[in-house]
Amino acid sequence: MFDKEKLSHLKEARQRWEVGVLAKTLSKAPESKAEFKTVSGSVVKRLYTPEDIEDIDYERDLGYPGQYPFTRGYQPTMYRGRPWTMRMYAGFATAEESNERYKYLVSQGSTGLSVAFDLPTQIGYDSDHPLAQGEVGKVGVAIDSLRDMEILFDGIPLDKVSTSMTINAPAAVLLAMYIAVAEKQGVSPDKLRGTIQNDILKEYIARGTYIFPTEPSMRLITDIFDYCSKHVPNWNTISISGYHIREAGSTAAQEVGFTLADGIAYVEAAIKAGLDVDTFAPRLSFFFNSHNDLFEEVAKFRAARRLWARIMKDRFKAKNEKSMMLKFHTQTAGCTLTAQQPDNNIIRVAMQALAAVLGGTQSLHTNSRDEALALPTTDSVTIALRTQQIIANETGVTNTVDPLAGSYYIEAKTKEIEDKAMEYINKIDELGGAARAIDLGYIQKEISDSAYKYQMEIESLERIVVGVNKYQVEEEAPKGLLKVDPIVAEMQKQKINEVKAKRNNLAVEERLSLLKKACEGTENLMPYILNAVKEYATLGEICGVMREVFGEYEQAVLI
Amino acid sequence: MKRPIRVLIAKPGLDGHDRGAKVIARALRDAGMEVIYTGLRQTPEQIVAAAVQEDVDVVGMSLLSGAHNYLFPKVVELLKEQGVDDVLIVGGGIIPDEDIPGLKEAGVDEIFTPGTPIAKMVDYIKNNVKR
Amino acid sequence: MPYSQLIEKMLEGDKRACARLITAVENDSDEAERIMGDIYRYTGNAHIIGITGPPGAGKSTLTDKIVKELIREGKKAGVIAVDPTSPYSGGSILGDRIRMQDLALNPNVFIRSMGTRGYLGGLSKHTKNALKVLDAGGYDYIIIETVGVGQSEVDIVKIADTVLMVMVPGLGDDIQSIKAGIMEIGDIFAINKSDLPGADRTALEVNMMLDLNPDTDRRPPVLMVTAVKNEGIVELVNQIKEHFIYLKESGRFEVRRKNNLKMELVELVEEELRKIVISHAEDENKLNDEVIEIYNKNKNVYEVRDELIRGMGTHLHRG
Repeated sequence: MFDKEKLSHLKEARQRWEVGVLAKTLSKAPESKAEFKTVSGSVVKRLYTPEDIEDIDYERDLGYPGQYPFTRGYQPTMYRGRPWTMRMYAGFATAEESNERYKYLVSQGSTGLSVAFDLPTQIGYDSDHPLAQGEVGKVGVAIDSLRDMEILFDGIPLDKVSTSMTINAPAAVLLAMYIAVAEKQGVSPDKLRGTIQNDILKEYIARGTYIFPTEPSMRLITDIFDYCSKHVPNWNTISISGYHIREAGSTAAQEVGFTLADGIAYVEAAIKAGLDVDTFAPRLSFFFNSHNDLFEEVAKFRAARRLWARIMKDRFKAKNEKSMMLKFHTQTAGCTLTAQQPDNNIIRVAMQALAAVLGGTQSLHTNSRDEALALPTTDSVTIALRTQQIIANETGVTNTVDPLAGSYYIEAKTKEIEDKAMEYINKIDELGGAARAIDLGYIQKEISDSAYKYQMEIESLERIVVGVNKYQVEEEAPKGLLKVDPIVAEMQKQKINEVKAKRNNLAVEERLSLLKKACEGTENLMPYILNAVKEYATLGEICGVMREVFGEYEQAVLI
Repeated sequence: MKRPIRVLIAKPGLDGHDRGAKVIARALRDAGMEVIYTGLRQTPEQIVAAAVQEDVDVVGMSLLSGAHNYLFPKVVELLKEQGVDDVLIVGGGIIPDEDIPGLKEAGVDEIFTPGTPIAKMVDYIKNNVKR
Repeated sequence: MPYSQLIEKMLEGDKRACARLITAVENDSDEAERIMGDIYRYTGNAHIIGITGPPGAGKSTLTDKIVKELIREGKKAGVIAVDPTSPYSGGSILGDRIRMQDLALNPNVFIRSMGTRGYLGGLSKHTKNALKVLDAGGYDYIIIETVGVGQSEVDIVKIADTVLMVMVPGLGDDIQSIKAGIMEIGDIFAINKSDLPGADRTALEVNMMLDLNPDTDRRPPVLMVTAVKNEGIVELVNQIKEHFIYLKESGRFEVRRKNNLKMELVELVEEELRKIVISHAEDENKLNDEVIEIYNKNKNVYEVRDELIRGMGTHLHRG
């Protein structure tokens, strides 16, 4: 970014500084460590100068916000137009209780809903399934049929809010339920805004709530792309997630590399299914983690944006600029929360949230201080939401677009992460794509190697975690944690029985058998699922039919 | 040659977060133990069958979903039914302190909460195996 | 519980007793030899199937499917899954069970994971002992899934009646690298993940190599399977069963078993003699002294060998 003459002059000046001023200081006071590393373990130099970014070309590599390659942001005015969406992931117990929490969050200034489902729902089991025992309503809300969904969004106008649903393997079913609820509210599908996570590959890699094998899972995903492009055009049909990959222990570069490799797999699958890249790519969205290392994280977000733009343009020949824009949701890193001195987590979350904002996120969830102990209480969630509001309203970081651009360190780091991520993508291509690399256990092994290394650094005190391996104090057990009453499971079972008694069981059977036939063929499954949902077929019944036809995924484990 | 301690590491229930379980499995291997890893979504019945057939010294369970109060005691109960009384049973994950006494009463020998140094777990196992 | 009681329960089909006995015989315990001696007369009935092939070939998944097919008619199957032990820590992660966990609850199936424990990827004496416990325990089929590298492929022939060699497309030079011993070892070849590109080529290569080896009266079959989709398994299991019939009918079964027994016997004798010679020599610090003598060229290794063996004679008498 500088002319050659100027650079060689700078280089000489740096060398003089090194042998002079620096050497003198080092001889008197050596640095505290031989090597300084980021949270991801990559080496950080003492000083970054124009020499470190000499290969960067402003127009080619940075450009202007809202323009290719979108390094500086996906939109020209960023937070000067409006702040990011403050979207708090919430849901527990029954639809009734979760509905109350949503109404509270909206009243407190939350601008988007984010639904957490319990594990049986995420894995396509009804609350009365034997494997659901002990899990109903625990990590999210239990949804068994359209009835629960009606209760969940009762009194919340679906044309006014945007709703994100963390649902993957049975995403089609939950989306169908959402569409059906909207219809009952008199809201047509084209008015609906929101996101389904719908990212099965990272479930295989890191999160574990898979149901079907890869092939039918990819079909369900492309069916959704296709259906939504025609009927629910404002819906983000997938949230390609690095969050859980990072939570599983990956580095920042792995998070970008593996997530974008998943993204490539979805784009390829959709193209193979006959869709034009520019019809569905604008509705792809991403979901990243915001970890502790502030600068590394900011660089990561910028690198991801740039790399995706290049992939979409060069590899997939997208023509619509919207296809090249990487829009993303961010959640602060749950894995950094400590059970010890839980109030410290407020500080961690604040810095991580700041990194996400400086990196240009479109929406943000801030974790609550007590999440290493249990589901968050209302008080804790409020503090987490206030953290975002303070960043947006008090710190001034929103006043200008991409404020850290041009920092030698940030730009060098952005380039480094982009390059490393690209190396992973190349390696995955060599193996035959993301699905195959997952099948071989390659991605999982890379992540678990990083996780183990990170843990060993904590064990050896090479890495300090305040309150855990340094500055510990005797603590009393925290009080007032949120508990989900086991009665929830009974209530859900009762509701299922009521629904089954009241619905038209003949119609249900017919719709399910039509769905089964469609599964065996090649038609788009969404209309069949929607029809079954409307007759109050349960989630477990619908997924059961699909399980019968598709079989179940078997996990590849390499440790 | 001294017999290595055999440990079953299991993920009961539907929770898919296996970072902790995998890290522990590796750490125990590096401490010289034979670790039998059974993967995700294990029912208590499967865990107990594996523990019996593998004749392990330790059963370790990791759970982050909050279903521990149901699943951990269920495993203990089924082990007892099979007449297995000399296996050390440990659990870990997101487990509130207030749940720990109840779990211990149910027969879980020790609970490790987030932030417990691995060295401490290894020592605990080495010092407390029952045979 | 005394071991005699464990044996009784094991013979009744008690899995816990069976598991305990395996632990006892895989750990050089004092009781190991007595147990092996006592159960010997109950052994020799099982069809022993070795499954080998490179890491990543999907051996565990295939084992899972084969077992499910084998037990369909009410037969019992035991599985011994071997994984490598870390030479640094002596520990290991045994993960083959992951693929078979839904078999864990089947009353007719017993699965046991074992570390190689210093046998450099090969099959240890302990593996053979464990196998005999399962044999005595009434398991009709015993499947040994090897590590797939190192010594295991050579060793598996010594204990298995039927060796299934699993190959997979896309692992690069693997066929080349295991070519050396492949003809003699595989009784049946399975190309797993046959839905992947390159499967046909892998099959072709295996077939070509087999055709190069004319001096056998039985040409091993090469089968295409996709274990995760349960494709080709019925045919594979038929071939496994047919191979056993072939062995029996051709008289090769007896020859093979006797050969294996002979090898086992020789190994055991070697091991015991070695123990006696070495312990005798070391008792009197003789070994070190002799090494010095040889080093100083006062004696040669052959003289010393003969002296040690003569010395062992007296040791044996004293013993």
